[in-house]
Amino acid sequence: MSQALLTVIGEDRPGIVAAVTQALFTADCSIGDASMMRLGGYFTIMQVIDYPRDLGSVEMALDPAIKRLNLRVHLDPISSVALTADMPNTRVTVYGADHPGIVAGVTGALAAIGFNVIDLESESSGSAERPLYVMVIQGYAPEGVESVRKAVVPLREREGVEIGVHPIEAAVF
Amino acid sequence: MAVLSILTYPDPRLQRKAEPVSVFDDDLHHFVDDLTETMYAGPGGVGIAAPQVDRPQRIVIVDVRPKLGEDCHGLMVLINPELAAWEGMAVGREGCMSVPDFTGNVIRAERIQVQAQDASGRERSYECEGFEARAVQHEMDHLDGFLFLDRLVSRKIDLFRRKNYKK
Repeated sequence: MSQALLTVIGEDRPGIVAAVTQALFTADCSIGDASMMRLGGYFTIMQVIDYPRDLGSVEMALDPAIKRLNLRVHLDPISSVALTADMPNTRVTVYGADHPGIVAGVTGALAAIGFNVIDLESESSGSAERPLYVMVIQGYAPEGVESVRKAVVPLREREGVEIGVHPIEAAVF
Repeated sequence: MAVLSILTYPDPRLQRKAEPVSVFDDDLHHFVDDLTETMYAGPGGVGIAAPQVDRPQRIVIVDVRPKLGEDCHGLMVLINPELAAWEGMAVGREGCMSVPDFTGNVIRAERIQVQAQDASGRERSYECEGFEARAVQHEMDHLDGFLFLDRLVSRKIDLFRRKNYKK
């Protein structure tokens, strides 16, 4: 089996996930890590797939779904070994009145302490007059949660946002 | 004493509802000892429930001292446990000896009061919070055939926590 990263984008409507995964199933692919979500008016899929033959046959299997649902699809072969497999140890939650620069400011401060973003989800909501921005970042802080707490202190003032820093500890019971 | 073998998902025996304990005899004492030893031998080592070792009885053992030191109740043998009260909610990442290699976010009450009997049948009541409360709730779920997989929430759910929610 070889691995590829499959990207799918299309105007959101019911049936996209079903059509794409059914096509992959018929092409003998299996699905690994996946992120599927609506962004704006679009539905997006990014997922790791294992495929048995060549990527051409995967594309061929996806073709009817692509045409019927007007999807854009991209396939990148990837090596099967992750370069870094750090588990997230820190969750950073950010919310505040939406304005340009929040993400750049926060992630810049995190990058400066070697923080590796593993997962970032954000959402703009609230009313047009009072837009609210909410972001949740999970990642690995090589110097621990306290280093993240210190790094974000100046941002609260500068960006006028609330920032929470929480350890991610998986408790095995 | 003996370390018992742990059932792992998808073993259907993990989904059975456990029966109340009515006989508090030597057999029960021996089983509680074995279950305790099995818990300490496990990867988490802080909690275990009888159904995990293929004994469908309402028996839970929790000892979070490996995690919290002495700032907890120590070894709790909870037989026929019931949640008498709970408050607050918190998201936390959990794993389980019966679900190897997977962890996920689960919402649990932050503070609980649990009533149970000990190995001799005496009534006990404990108030737990935080990590200890989470462990007790996780183990009590096993008695009703639930795994933390039945309670997974998305990461985003954390957003809905209020800084100061009213009780």
